[in-house]
Amino acid sequence: MRLTDDLIATDIAAYLEKHENKSLLRFITCGSVDDGKSTLIGRLLYDSKMIFEDQLASLEADSKKVGTQGENIDFALLVDGLAAEREQGITIDVAYRFFATDKRKFIVADTPGHEQYTRNMATGASTADVAILMIDARKGILTQTRRHAFITTLLGIRRLVLAVNKMDLVGYDETVFNDIVDDFYTFADELATDLEVQPIPMSALAGINITSRSDETGWYEGPALMEYLENVPVGDRRRNAAFRMPVQWVNRPNLDFRGFSGQIASGTIRPGDKVKSMPSGKQSTIARIVTADGDLPEAIAGQSVTLTLADEIDASRGDALVAADDPAEVSDQFQVRILWMSEAPLLPGRRYLLKIGAKTVTATINAPKYGIDVNTLSDMPAKTLELNQIGVTTISIDQPIAFDPYDVNRNMGGFILIDRMSNDTVGLGLIDFALRRASNIHWQAMDVNRDALAEQKAQRPAVLWFTGLSGSGKSTIANALQKRLFALGKHTFNLDGDNVRHGLNRDLGFTDADRVENIRRVANVARLMSDAGLITLVSFISPFRSERQMARGLMADGEFIEIHVDTPLEVAETRDVKGLYKKARAGEIKNFTGISSPYEPPQNPELRIDTVDRSPEDAAEEILNYLRENGFLGA
Amino acid sequence: MPQLTHLDRLEAESLHIIREVAAECENPVMLYSVGKDSAVMLHLAMKAFYPSRPPFPLMHVDTTWKFREMIEFRDRKAAEMGMDLIVHINEDGMKEGVGPFSHGSAVHTDVMKTQSLKQALDKYKFTAAFGGARRDEEKSRAKERIFSFRSAEHRWDPKKQRPEPWNLYNTRINQGESIRVFPLSNWTELDIWQYIRREGIEIVPLYFAAERPVVNWNGVDIMVDDDRMPEELAKTAVMKSVRFRTLGCYPLTGAVESTAATLEEIIQEMLLTTTSERQGRVIDVDQSASMEKKKQEGYF
Ligand SMILES: Nc1nc2c(ncn2[C@@H]2O[C@H](COP(=O)(O)OP(=O)(O)OP(=O)(O)O)[C@@H](O)[C@H]2O)c(=O)[nH]1
Ligand SMILES: [Mg+2]
Repeated sequence: MRLTDDLIATDIAAYLEKHENKSLLRFITCGSVDDGKSTLIGRLLYDSKMIFEDQLASLEADSKKVGTQGENIDFALLVDGLAAEREQGITIDVAYRFFATDKRKFIVADTPGHEQYTRNMATGASTADVAILMIDARKGILTQTRRHAFITTLLGIRRLVLAVNKMDLVGYDETVFNDIVDDFYTFADELATDLEVQPIPMSALAGINITSRSDETGWYEGPALMEYLENVPVGDRRRNAAFRMPVQWVNRPNLDFRGFSGQIASGTIRPGDKVKSMPSGKQSTIARIVTADGDLPEAIAGQSVTLTLADEIDASRGDALVAADDPAEVSDQFQVRILWMSEAPLLPGRRYLLKIGAKTVTATINAPKYGIDVNTLSDMPAKTLELNQIGVTTISIDQPIAFDPYDVNRNMGGFILIDRMSNDTVGLGLIDFALRRASNIHWQAMDVNRDALAEQKAQRPAVLWFTGLSGSGKSTIANALQKRLFALGKHTFNLDGDNVRHGLNRDLGFTDADRVENIRRVANVARLMSDAGLITLVSFISPFRSERQMARGLMADGEFIEIHVDTPLEVAETRDVKGLYKKARAGEIKNFTGISSPYEPPQNPELRIDTVDRSPEDAAEEILNYLRENGFLGA
Repeated sequence: MPQLTHLDRLEAESLHIIREVAAECENPVMLYSVGKDSAVMLHLAMKAFYPSRPPFPLMHVDTTWKFREMIEFRDRKAAEMGMDLIVHINEDGMKEGVGPFSHGSAVHTDVMKTQSLKQALDKYKFTAAFGGARRDEEKSRAKERIFSFRSAEHRWDPKKQRPEPWNLYNTRINQGESIRVFPLSNWTELDIWQYIRREGIEIVPLYFAAERPVVNWNGVDIMVDDDRMPEELAKTAVMKSVRFRTLGCYPLTGAVESTAATLEEIIQEMLLTTTSERQGRVIDVDQSASMEKKKQEGYF
């Protein structure tokens, strides 16, 4: 650590050579009030000899005066730097502290545990690679522990240290530790599938398992905290993603130079690479990567550069330069997750400013679809969002923007909301997906376009999406309907769960992930068919709301018609045409919708079909009427 | 595959911050204090807009008690870089003859620095001012946002800081309010020195050890830089090999005995030292929450 390197005294030049090329890890401490977050940071600074004599002297004096540890050093005072924090013995706002070891340089954000200051915690978490989630061994997992675990994963942190602290107060008991870890795993299962958790028992106050493994916990075989932090990979996942750079500044020193300055959000770029400027979709080629140190042959995610293009294309601040062969999406309506950060609750329908990348637009936020209960991670009804509440909603903005979903690209999918009157930052949001494409400008423009293809068939294309339990009657109704349409001279196609699963999707099973992929492929096929002008009938259980939402988002406005074949489970199970329910009940079929896998009924389907006391022909007739009334069948 | 080192990442973050201010703030200025952090900040600004020049002026709040070498360096640097330089002096304070020897460090700093800065910002109606402060300098700075808001009276309210997720900065302000922007927030003292060395940035020679006349005033060695020092005190001057870890008003800047005459030697000394940088700064030691208090009152 600071003083361990003999090279400092013997060969400073060699030392500097070695240390100029260290990697950087950003992490946070989080967790419930008083679990020891600040104490841990103080301890890390102290143990890595980052505290100078004069600072130590004032720490000792402060500890006696306002500390919580009697005559002993209160390490939290090293970090809790505001007068109000020291008086109350709590953390109010994030503190950023720095230390380095021989291997790495660290930026650590100590975040507050109090619920009231959650927005400050989120500020710290948004730039972190790793989170240390502190737990008081005597108290176990509390609501605030869950809230912070949820927010860190929401913001995209996938490496978590489960720091079971204050082990000194439970006699370094292994079972206490194991119980807490088990508890956490039960909860974490719901958080994110790719979460990596490293549990460590420790005492921040006594310095146990901080810099090295201690004898007090002889039963523990994992790494000490420092060992973990020094070795956890920091590979930037943004490196391998498609190239994205929000244009921050147009650099025009004279008429002969026009450069686009910005920080590369993801990917790699070289002169000669083809890029598009979004949302206009205009294409050009990178001419030079200009920096004050000379032109670069290549630039990577994280660098701030200035790019010049081979063609005079119009791009200004707020646009994004993106890889031409893998462009960002463009839309003006999104489904988003929002963390509300203002004392004044969200006002649905009100216009807020939304800043994403280098772009600021006006956004209307719709009433939340639901809030998220941080304790159970389940949905709960919400009419608005209060301070520190998290919810899912849709927004529309006054002009189309280029974006990627947040989970794909933090810098292209994260935004802040600003109140137009107070100018306060009132919310933080993550784009999940677009509700519609603003325009398909970056698609190959076809001479014979979809309108022409539909017109030729004297119909309007539609995707009739039948969803419902196995045996609810989806295929039967779809078949009856297709016959009627055929008789009317309409051009249709029937995409059925069973026939697609034998061909296109035969590599997929019935796990949640496979179900999602199954629907993704089918939705895209349906999209192509409607581009061809067809009326497409899709009969899939499609149990998850979000996939049906995704399918809806793929189609042009008004073309997606969701039909809920609403047969109750008991009825479907008594019918049991294929004998599947019996097998599922016997446990022979895993992940069977309705039995061992959930079905999420549509909330606002275009049509809901009751099959209990009517024939499939009746149902088909009702759908036919709907199509006729809404102008799908031509004049 | 090339990897970004910690210095690369810090540089890129700072460039992004500086450009964001230029793009979004109506009337920005870069406060240039002539110290090593200012030198790095100016260097980063030149890089951010290359091949253009930074679209904002430099401003130095001159207390009239700065080291003479600092003033020479300042004027030469601004000219070399082709930057506009505004020098502001609190004329009222000048008329009243305010200075550290006659009025003490607290009054002098308040009148010639804090009040003077507010005067200057009001006079030119700057809406955003870059400062070279770092979070590792002091415990209340460690709590401050990169974009830090000031009321129309230039007050900082530590309990009302805007959330600052990712690299999305909300630069909007109401009439009269302003923003202090700290592009070096995440740099440490060592980072600054390593970067100065890597980039070959020129700094004021006072940072390097040399034989200089010093006297002991209030327990701190200070340099005799001009004849405004009271004669009684100036008489006690002795030549010592000293250098300065920070630069400010010469009567308020403690010299450290040193023979470090190269960047490598300075860094070596810094790594082996056991006291913090700010110890040489007389204004901070008055009371423990003093920096936070000063900031609430409008001191940068
Ligand atoms: N016995 C014991 N006490 C501890 C340990 N870690 C922290 N403490 C004490 O727990 C109290 C709270 O510690 P802090 O570090 O302020 O807790 P925090 O998590 O930062 O609290 P907030 O930031 O306000 O949420 C202090 O009195 C600490 O001295 C530990 O490992 N063992
Ligand atoms: Mg704390």
